[in-house]
Amino acid sequence: MEITPEDHAAQRGGVGRYVLVYCCILILAALQFVVAYSNASAYEMLLRLLPLATLEAILAVFFFMHLWAEKRWFVISVVALTLFVLISLQYSWTDSFRLLTCGGKCS
Amino acid sequence: MSGGNAVISQQPGEVIEPSPFALPSKKLAIWLFIIADGMTFAAVLLAYGFLRNASTTWPRPFHSSINVGLMTFILITSSLMMLLAVRAARLGNKTAAIGWTLLTAGAGVVFAILHIREWLGLVREGMTPWRNPWGDPVFGATFYGVTGLHLLHVTGGILVLIGVALAYKNGRYTADHIETAGLYWHFVDLVWMYVVPLIYLMNLSH
Repeated sequence: MEITPEDHAAQRGGVGRYVLVYCCILILAALQFVVAYSNASAYEMLLRLLPLATLEAILAVFFFMHLWAEKRWFVISVVALTLFVLISLQYSWTDSFRLLTCGGKCS
Repeated sequence: MSGGNAVISQQPGEVIEPSPFALPSKKLAIWLFIIADGMTFAAVLLAYGFLRNASTTWPRPFHSSINVGLMTFILITSSLMMLLAVRAARLGNKTAAIGWTLLTAGAGVVFAILHIREWLGLVREGMTPWRNPWGDPVFGATFYGVTGLHLLHVTGGILVLIGVALAYKNGRYTADHIETAGLYWHFVDLVWMYVVPLIYLMNLSH
């Protein structure tokens, strides 16, 4: 493996950013625990917890996994593929609500 | 090679194609694995959400969040350690790279011990994959299924980190291998970021 001078410089300056991102993720995780003890319904709690988890995940993917430093087309491909599958998976919710309303006696 | 047209190698008749997305093959392979594995976890967590939503007797069995909070802290901190390992390897500091990699694996071991201790506590209270004393029996199956799949990934990650650190020490592996193992470890951390709110925090009794 060849280490370029730019690579060297980037690695030297990277610790501060890593620690900053680490602290941000820890704060977001702590916020999730605060939200968990609030008096909210399961649905409201989900709406508050999921964005925090997604923010944590974005920070981890882009800074810990260095996705921000990859080629633009690779970033677009990863994000597009992930969103496509996640959105496609949502088709099952209607059936879940149907089971809830028919009390296990669905035909 | 950073992309562009195919080039002729020094071997007669052999053509090397440019690397897709200008990524080294190891890195591209681990990214493809991560994307595929991420979809597996997405499907498993969605199935969990489906069952939770469809159940009227879903239990909230967790009395405290201290253990899961500690596990979260350990896993996020291990990701920082892994970053330091990759950085040290890139800078050619072999001793530090091996040290940080093994420390990351050590943090993984502590995480696994805490996880198994929690499981044993729940089993003692009567919750198994087939039985749940507090309500819907499916809860046990989904809880052990999701957290078990994650623990399997943590265990695999620990073995990979130890193997890569030893091979790097012997000179068989390079900094690229440390980085590839690191990407996998960060992914394990990333999955936990969704497991905690969905499986633990939404099932806290208060």
